[in-house]
Amino acid sequence: MLIAGIDTATVQVSVAVGGHEGVLASTQSSRGRQHAEILTPAIEFTCRQARIELSEISVVAVDLGPGLFTGLRVGVAAAKAMAHALNVPMIGVPSLDLLAFPVRFTPRLIVAAIDARRGELFYAFYRQVPGGIQRLSDHQVGSPDDLASELLAAGEDCLLVGDGALRYREVFEGLKRIEIVEEGLAYPSASSLVMLAHAKALREEWVKPWDLQPLYLRKPDAEINWATRPSV
Amino acid sequence: MNRTRILGIETSCDETAAAVVVDGHEVLSSVVSSQVDLHARFGGVVPEIASRAHVELLTPVVARALVEAGIDDDHVDAVAATVGPGLIGALLVGVSAAKTLALVWGVPFVAVNHLEAHLYAALLEDPDLELPVVVLLVSGGHTLLVLMEGHGRYRILGSTIDDAAGEAFDKVARYLGLGYPGGPAIDAIAMAGDPHAIAFPRAILDESYDFSFSGLKTAVVNHVRKHPDVATEDVAASFQEAVVDVLVTKARRAAQEHGARALCLAGGVAANSQLRERLLDACVADGLRAFLPSRSMCTDNAAMVAAAGWYRLQADGPSPLDTGASPNLRLVST
Ligand SMILES: [Zn+2]
Repeated sequence: MLIAGIDTATVQVSVAVGGHEGVLASTQSSRGRQHAEILTPAIEFTCRQARIELSEISVVAVDLGPGLFTGLRVGVAAAKAMAHALNVPMIGVPSLDLLAFPVRFTPRLIVAAIDARRGELFYAFYRQVPGGIQRLSDHQVGSPDDLASELLAAGEDCLLVGDGALRYREVFEGLKRIEIVEEGLAYPSASSLVMLAHAKALREEWVKPWDLQPLYLRKPDAEINWATRPSV
Repeated sequence: MNRTRILGIETSCDETAAAVVVDGHEVLSSVVSSQVDLHARFGGVVPEIASRAHVELLTPVVARALVEAGIDDDHVDAVAATVGPGLIGALLVGVSAAKTLALVWGVPFVAVNHLEAHLYAALLEDPDLELPVVVLLVSGGHTLLVLMEGHGRYRILGSTIDDAAGEAFDKVARYLGLGYPGGPAIDAIAMAGDPHAIAFPRAILDESYDFSFSGLKTAVVNHVRKHPDVATEDVAASFQEAVVDVLVTKARRAAQEHGARALCLAGGVAANSQLRERLLDACVADGLRAFLPSRSMCTDNAAMVAAAGWYRLQADGPSPLDTGASPNLRLVST
């Protein structure tokens, strides 16, 4: 089984290819051009570095978000197109799971937080379990202060990971029993995606390309305004 | 001889579309999934809602276009997609999917200008082009008078200085309580009205080929305020008559001045029945050939993208895989 993983949910674009043997090749770039400009050449490059033909890919995995809408859609649209063209199944993994996965070797409570812009974060809580991580909460969207009070309420040692944690560092640094993971692990990675997707593939948790939906967590602005409009 | 089958993808605004066209003119399939119902309650296209819908709809729309074209295991020879102008988030969905399909199938990707695609909608059904041709491109986002001297050779003669023609229809329809989208609503109700009931102003703007519709919109509002009992049918018919009058007068004058052999209509407003009729009359009177694309080819579709993509592929070859979306792309002569 060969899995192609695509992640564009944050400012980073990341592609990886792997399977039973782990990750065979991966690329990531986190600054500069539009996601759509980087992604297609990155897929081509990654497969070449892994010495595989695109036609050998048997599963397409994608970061479902939450994240930055425009970037997220670039990856989801490309992943769906790839699965469709190859006629293979897909596996979707939430972005916050991908952030928590590389820091799983800790007994502490893991908190993954992605910068949601507009002064908010997407976040969720995780705990290490044999062979991986377990999400303890729903994906949430809230202010850094909302998260800070949840951390205080948890009352235990926490490891905070993600670009959202770094952006609002000053809100969390003052809290006791909190450690923030440094820049190198601030974004979800396609390597984690391939590894988590591999586990899901063994459990046959497939999704068809036309059924796969991104996790936006926020309604479009127009619908929010519509719902809160003064009645006339 | 080899037949080039091109898959076209269009996601620049609120239509999710895919089509397979052979050699720029033989349409094997053309699937359009309109999101108009999703946007209707907001009275216009909401970019974030459009982008989300494209993500959801594009895979099934492409699948249907391929199946209807009889292409199953076999694949197409190139993939063309609209890269602009349009809504950035919406465009990116189609561009990303199209480039990936091209990469996986190992065929060329072709970047297409949405405006050029509209010009090719007419040629799609009537491929023997008589040059030069004057094209009147009128839609919700654009009002352009273009002199097409050859494939890829354009001169913009005029454009709107305020609202696009389709935008004027939408705004007036909303004011008259006729709903969204405004073009078809006004077209339908105008059938029962008198186009000469109210003498709305025509912004001719002297010798220029530019257009202006905001004064007309204001005139409609003022008239209805002053005459609250006026028949909506008459207002709609007289408004439509004023728009069509200006469009046809300028297109006709441009054709004469530039020695055009033909007049061509393109864009969503080109589906308007009064505009089609009047333009056809003008062509008959002036001895010009009329290219009037069928209504389904006037509004956004992917067959026109595949057709324009075929000409682009001949002229420029494949586009690079690091092509992005260009929301403000313009029609320039090459
Ligand atoms: Zn259009």
